[in-house]
Amino acid sequence: MNGSRLVRWTLRYIALAYLFALLLLPLGVIFDEAFKEGIGEVFSAITAPDAVAALKLTLLTVIIAVPLNTVFGVLTALVMVRSNLPGKRFLNALIDVPFAVSPIVVGLALVLVYGQNGWLGEAFMEAGIKIIFSTPGIVLAVIFVSMPFVAREVIPVLQEIGDDQEKAAETLGANGWTTFWRITLPAIRWGISYGIVLTTARALGEFGAVTVVSGRVSGETETLPLYVQKQFETFNSVGSYSASLLLAVIALVTLLALNLMRRKEN
Amino acid sequence: MSLSSPIKKRRGIQALLVLALVALGAIIVGCGSSDDGGDGGSAKVQLVAYSTPQQAYEQALEPAFKDTETGKGVEFSNSFGGSGDQSRAVEAGQAASYVNFALETDVTRLVKSGQVAKTWKDNKYKGIVTNSVVSIVVRPGNPKNIKSFDDLAGDDVEVVTPNPFSSGGARWNIMAIYADAIEQGKSKKQALDAVKAILKNTPAQPESARVALQTFLGGAGDALISYENEAIAAQQAGEDVEYIIPDTTILIEQPAAVTVDAPQSSIDFLDFLWSDEGQKIWAENGYRPVNPALVDETQYPSPATKLYTIADFGGWDKVADEFFDEENGSIAKINEELGVEAE
Amino acid sequence: MAAGTPTVPSSNRPRASVRLPWAGQALNKGLVVMWLGLMVMLPLTAITTKAFENGLDGFWTAVSSPQAVAALKLTVIASLIVVAINAVMGTLLAWVLVRDKFPGKGIINSVIDLPFALPTIVASLTLLTVYGNKSPIGINIAFTQTAVVVALSFVTLPFVVRAVQPLLLTLDRDMESAAESLGAGRWRIFRQIILPNLAPGIATGVALAFARAIGEFGSLVLVSGNVPFKTEVSSVFIRGQIESDNLVGASAVSVVLLAVSLALLAVVTFIQRWAVRHER
Repeated sequence: MNGSRLVRWTLRYIALAYLFALLLLPLGVIFDEAFKEGIGEVFSAITAPDAVAALKLTLLTVIIAVPLNTVFGVLTALVMVRSNLPGKRFLNALIDVPFAVSPIVVGLALVLVYGQNGWLGEAFMEAGIKIIFSTPGIVLAVIFVSMPFVAREVIPVLQEIGDDQEKAAETLGANGWTTFWRITLPAIRWGISYGIVLTTARALGEFGAVTVVSGRVSGETETLPLYVQKQFETFNSVGSYSASLLLAVIALVTLLALNLMRRKEN
Repeated sequence: MSLSSPIKKRRGIQALLVLALVALGAIIVGCGSSDDGGDGGSAKVQLVAYSTPQQAYEQALEPAFKDTETGKGVEFSNSFGGSGDQSRAVEAGQAASYVNFALETDVTRLVKSGQVAKTWKDNKYKGIVTNSVVSIVVRPGNPKNIKSFDDLAGDDVEVVTPNPFSSGGARWNIMAIYADAIEQGKSKKQALDAVKAILKNTPAQPESARVALQTFLGGAGDALISYENEAIAAQQAGEDVEYIIPDTTILIEQPAAVTVDAPQSSIDFLDFLWSDEGQKIWAENGYRPVNPALVDETQYPSPATKLYTIADFGGWDKVADEFFDEENGSIAKINEELGVEAE
Repeated sequence: MAAGTPTVPSSNRPRASVRLPWAGQALNKGLVVMWLGLMVMLPLTAITTKAFENGLDGFWTAVSSPQAVAALKLTVIASLIVVAINAVMGTLLAWVLVRDKFPGKGIINSVIDLPFALPTIVASLTLLTVYGNKSPIGINIAFTQTAVVVALSFVTLPFVVRAVQPLLLTLDRDMESAAESLGAGRWRIFRQIILPNLAPGIATGVALAFARAIGEFGSLVLVSGNVPFKTEVSSVFIRGQIESDNLVGASAVSVVLLAVSLALLAVVTFIQRWAVRHER
């Protein structure tokens, strides 16, 4: 349909204006505010001990959450699509739950389960293991919120490709692991890749749930997003924006990776 | 490609998976336990405090302490937030060896849970490490000409004050308004109405005194009710604000204590904070020393009419019950009334 | 990005061919059930149990308190406004990204996902700067209900766009050409031919956006003011309850939010299954 030029341009510029106001301007402001006092200040802000510790903690949570969620995501996808487990609809709904839960509610749930008086928390406390107000709590929060992505990306792919090849391999005598490794895995590699990138992006940015379960001990249980908030609260605008800049750059790199992957796949 | 493999290989790989899981679990747990391995050997002060003294501690008091004999080699871990929130966090298991809150009930909570000794108040300054007063922070030039709490109840005035159920500072603010009304001869009910009139004018009720300050600086409201030390901190950070000390206000007494199993370093730190050197550093950072000899009247003037203390109203235990009990306290009721009126 | 497209494995294959004789299959199934059980079921159950700890009465009291109701009202109304905006703007954006051509389109297309990748606190910080009292464009709406709508619009930006784009891409242009050559006006073509095909995508995007909006927290922290009865949304209210140690109240309101979101996700699943069945 060839719309008249006017219509096309109107739509285009409304869209761009909307994006500018909502997306591009805020993004630009992050850069602008961070560099307000020069690049040296940004550098010293990012290398401040608390900032480095916050970055390390954030990365630690990602390094634990992403592989775990990838392995279990793939496993979940396989079980959902290729097995005869009863109650699959229920499990399917469970996979989606992290999408439906407010981050604050995630934090609350973790406190109820792993807190001092929690269902499992009491046992952990007796064993001297602290979860809430300590790093494990933060890791659990990040795992929860970033859980569904790999499964959600892999399931449709598995469904689409069908199990013909796998059945053929089975007929030829290949065992389960070989089949998985040589036939299934290559077929789902794009799904897994998308899933990993999405999981990583989500894990890096988690804030609300961590707010509830972290004791905010600077340098110890403060993630980079929490650090951004703290710097803002203590009049350190450049520090806050520098950390934000770092997070924004990581976010943009994530988007770039997604884009490249989409192009490579097609 | 080998098409026949022993069952062992299959099982082996799945067993590896389970092992990897267990290993991961161990890592997670290990991270947790090592976090608070700060007992016994290491001389670490685990500081948990309310929101406003963050810079005072991190940039002045802790470095100064580390320069002293007793403070050499001592490490600090710091956590700051709304006084009530922080106190409840420690009660719920957050590691702490030294606590400093905005009001006494936040320490009493920890006495009740057995984390702070009952004798924490048995010293020269009754457990109070710094003072301040409730002040009103206004825009440069004071465009709305605010001079007293009464002015804050005006029709076109917007006031920022924190949420009294998460912030200790907010409770002091409310008691200051109440005290001012009482001093003017109003009855208890009228005084509460005065509080209500001001609470009605709030465009924001942030969770802590520090966030309230940030919200005010971010443009919300014509005035902020806050600790004098917050106003000074803002000015020291280069923010363009003025503050006034109302004719009648209340003395903010900020308690500190060590926990029952705190290492010696924490006790030494608290002693340092009470020493002349420590008190002078507090004074430089906007806090009124508890040692009256060290209070500079020009920097820290007294209110023109009267300076109340919480003791005038029966102490925090009584006030907390009467005013701030979440179901039956007067302030909770005011909040509800305001809420219903707002609908 | 296919994130958030719940589908149930199609059950139209004969059972026998679905199984693979992996000896460890029981272990796999067990692991998945244990993982989902421990990580999802357990926390969910804990919240639900806590919410009803004081019985139905206790639940109702917590959920019907004036402040909780006000928060929920604001949350739902703001989210409805936001998804309405998204339905229109999201479709428009998808249209422009698919049908139009201009320099930089590729970059714009990638950036649409930014709200998803950016931490919500950073969004809050930057929205405060752009639309607060130090606004470079002179718009100051901080600490108002408008700020809530703006922040929610930011975080829900990608949902409708990404749900509609694939549908637009695979749209059969023949019908459009036919209609055009028969003399139908542009708007009529859009309304009667294109839009019905996009409807499932818009509906999916709207449902996902709504589920996200009602639970949103981080982007509102710095920019909304959080005044009870005025600019306090449910997530902020719940957090306040947690910090006041009122876990039953917090859980009760959480259950309400959860119920709404889960219902929405179920709706999305139905929409997608319906769409699959009605595909030509």
